[in-house]
Amino acid sequence: MELLRLATAGSVDDGKSTLIGRLLYDSKSIFEDQLEAIERTSESRGDQYVNLALLTDGLRAEREQGITIDVAYRYFATPRRTFIIADTPGHIQHTRNMVTGASTADLVLIIVDARHGVVEQTRRHALLASLLRIPHLVLCVNKMDLVDFEEKVFNEIKSDFRDYAARLEIPDLTIIPISALNGDNVVDRSKEMTWYEGSPLLRHLEEVHIASDRNLIDVRFPVQLVIRPISDDSHRDYRGYGGQVAGGVIEVGDEVIVLPSGFKTKVTGIDGPGGPIEHAIPPQSVVIRLEDDLDISRGDMICRPHNRPHSGQDLSAMLCWLAEDGLQVGKKYALKHTTRQARAMVTALQYRLDVNTSHRDREAETLSLNEIGRVDLRCTVPLFYDEYRRNRTTGSFILVDEATNITVAAGMALSPPNL
Amino acid sequence: MHLEVSHLETLEAEAIHVIREVVGELERPALLFSGGKDSAVLLHLAIKALQPQKLPFPVLHIDTGQNFDEVIEFRDQTVERLGVRLVIGKVQDSIDRKTVPDEGEFAPRNRHQSVTLLEAIEENNFDALFGGARRDEEKARAKERFFSHRDSFGQWDPRRQRPELWHLFNSRKSLGEHFRVFPLSNWTELDIWKYIEQEEIALPSIYFAHEREVVERNSMLVAVTKYTPAKEGEEVKKALVRYRTVGDTTCTAAVSSSANSISEIIAETATSRISERGATRVDDKFSEAAMEDRKKEGYF
Repeated sequence: MELLRLATAGSVDDGKSTLIGRLLYDSKSIFEDQLEAIERTSESRGDQYVNLALLTDGLRAEREQGITIDVAYRYFATPRRTFIIADTPGHIQHTRNMVTGASTADLVLIIVDARHGVVEQTRRHALLASLLRIPHLVLCVNKMDLVDFEEKVFNEIKSDFRDYAARLEIPDLTIIPISALNGDNVVDRSKEMTWYEGSPLLRHLEEVHIASDRNLIDVRFPVQLVIRPISDDSHRDYRGYGGQVAGGVIEVGDEVIVLPSGFKTKVTGIDGPGGPIEHAIPPQSVVIRLEDDLDISRGDMICRPHNRPHSGQDLSAMLCWLAEDGLQVGKKYALKHTTRQARAMVTALQYRLDVNTSHRDREAETLSLNEIGRVDLRCTVPLFYDEYRRNRTTGSFILVDEATNITVAAGMALSPPNL
Repeated sequence: MHLEVSHLETLEAEAIHVIREVVGELERPALLFSGGKDSAVLLHLAIKALQPQKLPFPVLHIDTGQNFDEVIEFRDQTVERLGVRLVIGKVQDSIDRKTVPDEGEFAPRNRHQSVTLLEAIEENNFDALFGGARRDEEKARAKERFFSHRDSFGQWDPRRQRPELWHLFNSRKSLGEHFRVFPLSNWTELDIWKYIEQEEIALPSIYFAHEREVVERNSMLVAVTKYTPAKEGEEVKKALVRYRTVGDTTCTAAVSSSANSISEIIAETATSRISERGATRVDDKFSEAAMEDRKKEGYF
């Protein structure tokens, strides 16, 4: 059975919590004690129906302050797939949350209210999904019951959104008319919208083809640990390199090159969690054994001699700023990329991207919380990276403030700068 | 060439990645081992992540002194069999140091474990503690990170957790701070059982159906033990039960079950209509935010 990671974007007003509650409820992933708890709460609040939105209700700290702190994770399974939902709050100030929740997602679910159609927030969410290269986007046009299940309303929203999405990089787009409150087209096909010929949402989530989203072409193996049992007699000669495959298919017998040293050698064995295997693919965590005894350490990169990542101390990237204290051009930050640590300085802010209008402000001097921009960086050591659009693992990095240790930015590498 | 990676393989790979990141970036980790099923899975994964190298860190058990005998026995057998170093933090020692109030031998000590845990962390200079907590267990845990930062008082501040992007974990911290690391974050109860079946992981006997003297309390089946005697008016009866979670005797209830094997447990779990903690945790029922409060104090 496959695992699908999805992120949801939209505000409470769009019925996002109700939709998630409905998915969990109709797929029978809600336990009786959890249901009883929300029935009690719904009753005491005077709701007319069991408020499924309460299933995703957060912490007391959030209720007291009327805020949503950040991403909450939910789990459900059907006989065909298992699902992880990263539920991200959709308010304007929370670009940070969506970026966090969507960073590992295969699919993003954007929800709009059928009465309001595509609004600024919808465009922002679609732009972020495109920036983060989430391979599949589903737009749920919710509250169709409040527009009398009219096909015309749906078609207008559909064409509006398609026009906008055409300007972005969204490889796979599906648009579904639903009513989360009544369950129309969520798990079961709607009896009110017979004009809709596509799949209900859950069916789509079960069937969307995700196996091709992995990069199986470029072999990338960031070395995480050197595994060398020194004290153990029976394994004294064992030396292996632990890591998670970030790209390509690595096979026993492959000729490989280790960066930064540039030594060429051969893969003599691959040990998976269950024992030796013949080949490894993303996202497997394995140990690779090599023919030659080389000086390899954490942060090195194993790849094929004729397919190497970019290598350099200078890179261009899109940065999403995640901290209260804004970006300072020229300040030094700690950088983490794959298993490699470096220090980095933003040497130039090329532009700030207005996530609502896609306008590029080339006069901008800083990035504040939730802002996105294109920057040039210089690192203390070379990074071995791919463009984020080619590989989300070897193309991503984070920046950390060296004084507070807070993660301040998410970075997505672009093609190397022309120096 | 087979290119499919199952969901259990994906979760296993993710957990191993997280464990290796800790070993790669932090100095003095330890693994919280209660003898429960989640910590048994966690220990199994830690060994896999680093094999054939021996586990380079100890396991830590916080012992309330009110555990099930079967669980303590399992703990000792497991560390012996795997050649792992065991560090025990005893709540009784905290009581003797007067950092935990002495409420008598029979008073529940579950809540006081936080103090003993933080003392053990300080004494051993641990900078990362692996825990078996899962996000599907409870809503305060649904927002937990893989690398959960704790300040120098061991406190969890949900507002100050760092955003976690991709699988890039930020392990930087100041002196005296530490991380709780949860490699099983994305596993569900059913995933745990399926993995136990696949890997044939040993568990304490109380996870399987057995006869036991119990009383019914707040519609839960509470075992009659030295620390949890029957209250006046309660009827003691013999019942066929098993445990879905294992805490100590004062906070864990049994469920009525005849499941004797892992496959029967999986069938039962897959059709269960009550959540794991809802069915078995005496302490979670106190208030809706009970877990949130305990986490802030430094609980597991």
